[in-house]
Amino acid sequence: MDQLVQHLLNATILGGTYALLGIGLTLIFGIMRLVNFTHGELYAFGAYCMYALVMLLGVNFFLALVLAMVLGAALGGAIELLLLSRLRGADIDTTMLVMIGAWIAMQNTEQFVWSGVAHSIANPFPAEPFVLGPLSVSWNRVYVFAIALLLIGATYYLVNRTRLGKAMRATFQDRDTAALMGIRIDRIHTATFALGSSLAAAAGALLGPVFVVAPTMGDLAASKAFAIVILGGLGNITGATLGGFILAFVEEIGAGYISSGYRDAMGFLLIILILLVRPTGLFAQKERIG
Amino acid sequence: MRKLALLMTAAAIMAGGGVSGAYAQETIKIGVTQPLTGAFAASGNYVAQGAKIAEDEINKAGGVLGKKIQLIIEDNKSNPTEAVSTVEKLIQKDKVPVLVGAWSSTLTLAVMPKLEEYRVPMVVETSSSGKITTSGNPYIFRISPTSEMEAKAFQSLVAKMGIKKADFLYTNNDFGIGSGAEFSKMLKANGVQVGIMETMDPKATDFSAQLAKIKASGGDTLFVTTAVEQLTLILKQAKEQQLKVRVVSCGGSNSPDQLIEQAGDAANGSFHTTFFPPWFPEVTKNPDVAKRYMDEWKKRGHNVGGLTEGYRGYDGVFVAVAAIKAAGKPEPEAIRAALWGVKVKGVYGDIAFTKQGPAGKESGQNVPTVYLVTIANGKVGKTSF
Repeated sequence: MDQLVQHLLNATILGGTYALLGIGLTLIFGIMRLVNFTHGELYAFGAYCMYALVMLLGVNFFLALVLAMVLGAALGGAIELLLLSRLRGADIDTTMLVMIGAWIAMQNTEQFVWSGVAHSIANPFPAEPFVLGPLSVSWNRVYVFAIALLLIGATYYLVNRTRLGKAMRATFQDRDTAALMGIRIDRIHTATFALGSSLAAAAGALLGPVFVVAPTMGDLAASKAFAIVILGGLGNITGATLGGFILAFVEEIGAGYISSGYRDAMGFLLIILILLVRPTGLFAQKERIG
Repeated sequence: MRKLALLMTAAAIMAGGGVSGAYAQETIKIGVTQPLTGAFAASGNYVAQGAKIAEDEINKAGGVLGKKIQLIIEDNKSNPTEAVSTVEKLIQKDKVPVLVGAWSSTLTLAVMPKLEEYRVPMVVETSSSGKITTSGNPYIFRISPTSEMEAKAFQSLVAKMGIKKADFLYTNNDFGIGSGAEFSKMLKANGVQVGIMETMDPKATDFSAQLAKIKASGGDTLFVTTAVEQLTLILKQAKEQQLKVRVVSCGGSNSPDQLIEQAGDAANGSFHTTFFPPWFPEVTKNPDVAKRYMDEWKKRGHNVGGLTEGYRGYDGVFVAVAAIKAAGKPEPEAIRAALWGVKVKGVYGDIAFTKQGPAGKESGQNVPTVYLVTIANGKVGKTSF
């Protein structure tokens, strides 16, 4: 019984971070329909920003998170302006190849700058975990969970309740009509990509101190993010949030009671099953075909 | 300006051409395949750094057979498919007569068929899966210990450490599975109850599910087999989950210095097997060799945490060169035959090969010493038993 409750607690905490990874990508992959292979590298970039700011420059831990998000948005904006803005209207193959190139270049740059040795980031939380009877969880993870929920809520509000969010949704539904309505669609492209990138960097900056920072850390994060977005339905923030939690629960329970060696396979097995029944994901709105 | 740039480029090309032309004449090439990027990049780079120290040391002393040696180090990207390509390239294009590689058991196992196909021997410097030397590949000469040797060396400590029930957590590849099987077999033979055997994906970073299960199993000792990156996270997360068991890490790729730096307090009280203890080199068989290697490593400003990996590349190159010298010519078959008689005073101890595997197709296996160290108060120390 203790074991089950601990599993559920672990899954909840993990789900928060998965959801954060998922919503950043659902903006780019789901709304912009851009297969963003650099998402994992922006996650790693956020973690390295955190490492450089906190461990090398001595910046305050909480301020460093904000700075990492700003830098992530800037890097995302730069990628959009330098690479993607020239590819508007290009076919998906071309865009994908460019993004794969950017992904490899970014990962190798990380290794060149920081070497392959993993780095760890000190956190200001008490070393003793938060204990509740037989259960325990580190303070750092509680903090990550809380901030993740906050960021998810903020993103939801931004996309669904603000003029900018409305412009984003309009642009990617029908760019010509949106342009005719006076929306500056080039700016919306850049802003959306920067926002998604900033969320990826936030996830990296939050999880860097929980795990360790290494050049390949983005690979696993990216594969999970794609899984979550597809599971939840493209472009749906609620879907990506729930998708993140579902993935975490399936992995945790699967690893706990079936086989831990195939923990990462469990999630993908579930996705295959769900897509067989609901090819557009769990929470996708009906697409207009015409 | 443009003219100047052109001129300089031309000069650079000519200079480069001149150098490589001269090398082709006067050097003996040794191929090295290591994971310089990807998941095992940290360790692979340390091994390559150690190999380069050996290269310079040998060349300073006049090289071998009157020629200088030249390492050609290829990046196998921590990926078995890439590892095979590097070996193809080293043998086909660079025509190396002997190889050193390929760090992880999975990478080594992947390239082994190519060694047989092209008939080029390889000195295996790190891998520990038993299969490497028992599958009947006569081109394999391993200087690192097998998991079985490691388990056997640990045997005398089981009673002293008072282990009654052990649980396992190992990475789901040839290295981890082999180690888990050998250690659990040894423990059972010594009357220790074996609880659960948990695995993890080699890339995984969150082990909360496994640790919750291990906590419920209630053993007194947890044997962990993986490289230092995952080990760091396991120690940290075990502390977060209040898993109060003794952790013993196997496989010798655990870099205790890096653990202390990155896991901090969570590393205290853990035990680690290693095949070279740089904290007290005086206990090794050849302290003078160990000192030479360590001094040069520090002189070059390499990360001190990498000392427990770099010696593998250092010894690997010395063994390959000793075989070239004994063979009298840089030819693969002659080097293979000569490897059987090689005796090298290395950091691994006195290196020599005994036969392992099916008769007629034996692989060479060295028998190094296994040490157990412990971390207490943020320092690596000898164990008290």
